Amino acid sequence: MAVGAEAIFGESLITTKLDSAISWARESSMWPYIFGTACCAIEFMSVASSKYDISRFGAEVVRFSPRQADLLIIAGTISYKQAPILKKIYDQMSEPKWVISAGACACSGGFYDNYTTMQGIDSIIPVDVYVAGCPPRPEAFLDALLEIQKIQATQSLLEDRAKRVFKGVLDA
Amino acid sequence: MPKAFKTLFQEHYSIDSYGAYILPKELILQALQILLEKDNYTFLVDMTAVDYLNQKNHPERFAIVYLLRDHNFQNLITLKTYIDSSLATQSITSLFKSANWAEREIWDQYGIHFKNHPNLKRILNHKEFVGHPLRKDYPITQGQLCHKSDDLMDEMTPRLKTKGYSSQEELMFLNLGPAHPASHGTIRTFVALDGENITCAVSEIGYLHRGFEKSCENHTYNQIIPYTDRLNYCSAIMNNIGFAHAVEGILGVDLPERAKFIRVIIGELSRIIDHLVCLAAILVDMGALTNYWYLYNPREKVYDLLSKLTGARLTNSYMRIGGMSHDLYDGFEDDLKACLKEIEQGVGEALKLIEHNRIFHDRTQNVGIITKEDAINRGLSGPNLRASGVPYDLRVTAPYYHYETFEFDIALGSVGDVYDRMMVRFEEIRQSTRIIHQAMQRLPGGAICVENHAISLPPKKEVYGNIEGLMNQFKLIYEGVKVPPMEYYRAIEGANGELGFFIISDGSGTPYKVKVRPPCFYAMAAYPRLIEGSMIADAVLTLGSLNIIAGELDR
Ligand code: SF4
Repeated sequence: MAVGAEAIFGESLITTKLDSAISWARESSMWPYIFGTACCAIEFMSVASSKYDISRFGAEVVRFSPRQADLLIIAGTISYKQAPILKKIYDQMSEPKWVISAGACACSGGFYDNYTTMQGIDSIIPVDVYVAGCPPRPEAFLDALLEIQKIQATQSLLEDRAKRVFKGVLDA
Repeated sequence: MPKAFKTLFQEHYSIDSYGAYILPKELILQALQILLEKDNYTFLVDMTAVDYLNQKNHPERFAIVYLLRDHNFQNLITLKTYIDSSLATQSITSLFKSANWAEREIWDQYGIHFKNHPNLKRILNHKEFVGHPLRKDYPITQGQLCHKSDDLMDEMTPRLKTKGYSSQEELMFLNLGPAHPASHGTIRTFVALDGENITCAVSEIGYLHRGFEKSCENHTYNQIIPYTDRLNYCSAIMNNIGFAHAVEGILGVDLPERAKFIRVIIGELSRIIDHLVCLAAILVDMGALTNYWYLYNPREKVYDLLSKLTGARLTNSYMRIGGMSHDLYDGFEDDLKACLKEIEQGVGEALKLIEHNRIFHDRTQNVGIITKEDAINRGLSGPNLRASGVPYDLRVTAPYYHYETFEFDIALGSVGDVYDRMMVRFEEIRQSTRIIHQAMQRLPGGAICVENHAISLPPKKEVYGNIEGLMNQFKLIYEGVKVPPMEYYRAIEGANGELGFFIISDGSGTPYKVKVRPPCFYAMAAYPRLIEGSMIADAVLTLGSLNIIAGELDR
């Protein structure tokens, strides 16, 4: 639901200007929540440390509270046991929020085609960007971040992301 | 040798062709007691179950295998007992505390019941799971959705009672993890708090259970190597080595000298980078962020070397059964030296910041103490055990790859607290550097794989040039290395402790069963007891100092 200025002005010049200003601000200061469970999370440590330095892209303020984050990065295998927790964390994040699924495991179960592993997290929560690799190289993480920024640039405040139709296997 | 056990039980046991003592299940508890108390077999290495559904010549479908080491860690004994259709046996938790979680795992994976176990419930799979996945008739891909996490009150309530709390009103309950930065990913500890003090704690694991052991049963031996990378992913190659070493033991092959030395060099390098991550992470948990950069950046440098060598930064899959995928590259030595120099510098600077730092001392000394006896009884190994003052290091007690010829010291602690565990790791980095220098000097030329083309791939020239080479390549890739039937355990000193593989082969290219002895698993089982009575902030450091790696813990 659009509230505040944009609701009053509707699709007018003011809204579009406001859109680009806010998108710019959002793009340059993502607050990621790292849902790191496995090997991929170790690669994220590299992304955050000095060599690859995620702060060059304005996303170094890693939050460990979903309430304070707007970008969920899933790095690692999501088992069936883990799935309800992931969903809870996603639900606790407030809109607008974006999701990166990093690594073969998160995207598709990877080579854990067995009784333990979710075959892709997009059956529980919606995903915006998928990253290939086992684990993805740090550059790939950064690339995904840039992709998210591109998505943000095209989004209007009027768009209500919360209304996206998504029904996962754990949604009642 | 286990004298008392042999004299008392010689009429009751038989020895199978692989050297295991087979006892009726009624006698297991007694036998283990004699072994523990009279023969000093104090260290329960691991226990697991086997489902013989597809194998003939066994009196019953299920069996349980116990592996023990004696007090000076020289001798290993294997006990085996068949489980009849009642699917139940005695618990041995009264003798070995480490058996607690091990038995829970067997119950979870195989559905074998342990009488008198304090709390027999699932451990790796979730609460809503139906069936026992490691049974041979459980379909490998049959996943089961989990909707709700366990509230763990079934474990907490009895624990509170033992501490004398009748009502829960005066306490506050808190989940540390699984999605918590200090839980390093996927470990959950549920604590009852009195103010900021932890009165009772219970841990839940299994959030990263990825079915390693089941997946092993439908891959060839060399296909399993990439899976082993992802056990302890902080030192991936070390797991490659451990697994290949065990399989080579069954095959009875001796590696060429060059291969052994390369394994030593790369293995020790892996140990170093494993310790670096552990130390970097625990210092961050303590609020010492600067140290993180000093310790992590050298690791980044090693990544560059490893990706040059293996093509991958983290999950390298460098080893093969009978050797390794390829030789060192030109200029490796210079790169390695540069890495070691940077590591030395990083470690030096990090130590400079903390060595005489009062805050660091106050936060780590006398925190999370585990005594010698307790550590052994709970199955701790590696740096965690050595920090408690037990000089157990497989490189010394059961040397492989000529470790006995290298000059290095075992780092030992005296108290067994967080401080000791950290300092042991710092020292081990130094010692590993020493080993690498020596190994580089002595590195011989020659082959890097055993020259038996039923085990390692023939050179490409032969594959394209003659029919025999082509056949060898084809058979090795499609059918895998044929490993003669055996039940076999062999271990190496992993970065975290005794990393062993218990393998049952059946003559084909795929193992019948693989069980890892994950050092983390036993360290984690001890963790809740270590933090009871301490404060939350201490619990975070204690967990960090044990270096729990979820991939290995949950497999
Ligand atoms: S994608 Fe690969 S590296 Fe990442 S968590 Fe899965 S197995 Fe580990």
